[in-house]
Amino acid sequence: MPEITYREAVRDCLAEAMRSDPDVFLMGEDIAEMGGSMGVTHGLVDEFGKERVRNTPISEAAIAGAGVGAAIQGMRPVVEIMYQDFITLSMEQIVLQAAKHRYMSGGQIKVPLTVRTQGGAGWSPGAQHAEQLEGWLCHVPGLKVAFPSTPEDARGLLWSSIYDDNTVVFFEHRTLYPIKAEVSDTLEPIEFGKARVHREGSDVTIVAIGRLVHVALRVAEQAAEEGISVEIVDPRTLLPLDEDSIVNSVMKTNRCVVTHEAVTRMGFGAEIAAIVQEKAFDYLDAPIERVGSRFTPIPFAPVMEEYVIPHEEDLMAAVKRTVARG
Amino acid sequence: MKLEEATRLSGETLLSFLEEMLLIRRFEEKVEERFRAGDLSGFLHVALGQEAVAVGVCRTLETDDVIASTHRAHHHCLAKGMTANALMAELYGKVEGCSGGYGGSMHLYDLANGNLGANAVVGGGLPGIVGAALAFKMRRQPRVAVAFFGDGATNTGSFHESLNLGQLWTVPAVFVCENNHYAESTPSRDHMPIADLTRRAEAFGMRSIVVDGQDVEAVHAAATEAVAHARAGNGPVFLLANTYRLTGHYVGDPQVYRPKGEQRDLRATQDPIPRLRELLGVDEDSWSALETKVAATVEASVEFAKNGTDRLPEDALLNVYA
Ligand SMILES: Cc1ncc(C[n+]2csc(CCOP(=O)(O)OP(=O)(O)O)c2C)c(N)n1
Repeated sequence: MPEITYREAVRDCLAEAMRSDPDVFLMGEDIAEMGGSMGVTHGLVDEFGKERVRNTPISEAAIAGAGVGAAIQGMRPVVEIMYQDFITLSMEQIVLQAAKHRYMSGGQIKVPLTVRTQGGAGWSPGAQHAEQLEGWLCHVPGLKVAFPSTPEDARGLLWSSIYDDNTVVFFEHRTLYPIKAEVSDTLEPIEFGKARVHREGSDVTIVAIGRLVHVALRVAEQAAEEGISVEIVDPRTLLPLDEDSIVNSVMKTNRCVVTHEAVTRMGFGAEIAAIVQEKAFDYLDAPIERVGSRFTPIPFAPVMEEYVIPHEEDLMAAVKRTVARG
Repeated sequence: MKLEEATRLSGETLLSFLEEMLLIRRFEEKVEERFRAGDLSGFLHVALGQEAVAVGVCRTLETDDVIASTHRAHHHCLAKGMTANALMAELYGKVEGCSGGYGGSMHLYDLANGNLGANAVVGGGLPGIVGAALAFKMRRQPRVAVAFFGDGATNTGSFHESLNLGQLWTVPAVFVCENNHYAESTPSRDHMPIADLTRRAEAFGMRSIVVDGQDVEAVHAAATEAVAHARAGNGPVFLLANTYRLTGHYVGDPQVYRPKGEQRDLRATQDPIPRLRELLGVDEDSWSALETKVAATVEASVEFAKNGTDRLPEDALLNVYA
């Protein structure tokens, strides 16, 4: 099995889709010669040309909206919003147009658009380049939201996003681009709404997304040394959500910690906690813990940024508190 | 555009412009050096080549006139009166920094000098400048609000909405477009269908002035006229300064998108600093005295920053709400 990076996984999927389907094309700022600000689309313009790898002006509303329009015509555009912070500028087109045309038309319209974006803290860019906004999009009926944490999942979920007849907002985490892992020889589409259990365990379930999956894996190793057996469930798609896998895991371990990099308050983890208490209340031996960023914008100075975003120690402490409840 | 004779500057004033431009240049080079050395974190955009625009415009402004800057902000900050110490300390994330270590290179504030902040959102500063100018107008204050932005920013909705509203309400604003011919990797011809950006202002009935942004005297004259127009209550002006970015988009940019030799050629022909030096006939001795003076300021700012006070981690919880 070949080993590829998360960045290559996204690129390979885009290339394969464009090779086999003339309806797939890309739009985004600096995605052609420069390959996007994260180098994800590097080289694609050489193979597919500028007609299908379209550099856009700095016009986030129009980028998303042109994607919506082309998608309604039956194309399968993949647009890139350079930093997810700037998806705020595309929100009207995504939230009020893409997410609602099908419903408002009484089921006549399909919007098979994929909006790729990336972000995340940990490199001190300051408050306007480091937020995690997946929770905002999960609040919108009509959208789907994916957030892969591994190369295999990035490749397979992106394929499914492109071929979904709904708009998918596809989150990539900046710090994951260089991670390398084995992938299957050929691209395997991954069905939405199916969690991946990264590690089985019996004492506590960690539900983690994005970068925090990798933090959770390290925490699980440490915890094992201290005799705590951790199960890690990565939903991979936040909308639709594989509630069964999460609930079944908690029914087995009787404890649950939810973690993501976005601020904890009103975050995706709050929804997981609500679902778990609703469906597995009698199985819980401890309150559900949430580990995420503190409720501040992301500060610049590295010592403060470190303090705001969640790390291994924070997750480990939550795991131990949960287990200590008996 | 015919410019008033009265705006011609004395040699002494121009020499002070030269010093300021050289300070910006050496400061930016130091930033590049310190970033490469691993001292500085985050995301840095320097303004090598665009010094004359910042100095020429800001030198026409009063302290209580305000500016909004961009992701490429160091030159505006220094030109609007921020000390090199406060700027460098911010880049080092220190308490003594202009934003107390909360902001970083793309979020530099200096309210005492009328600097409403750098902005990491392209086009993000323009609407606020319309609002600041509106406040001045409503309070009958003779103040002017100035937005700096790049050619790339003229493709944002914020740009078009701001120019429209600013003109509709005839607020005392000046919109300074630093047309460096690139938005990141994308040359202007690939991001806009027209070559003449003043046509965008014309669409709103706004007056525009075009100026060679590598000629600080011309920039100053044009800005003087634009600011006077706005201050007199005649509405906003679109000031288009044609300039060049003599380096990458960000520090570390491999610039794969630049035609070979372009940067070298631009450095040889479009550098505003040797141009002003030549105009003023600054001899070797005076030049090296200037270099020494500027280098001392820059070195001192690095020392100041390094010896600054580190933030406590939990300081992150402060300042979220007023
Ligand atoms: C709304 C928004 N979209 C994208 C970006 C990413 N980005 C940062 S600078 C830049 C190019 C800006 O070009 P221009 O306005 O011409 O300014 P210059 O960099 O040339 O000074 C882009 C696309 C951003 N910061 N904000």
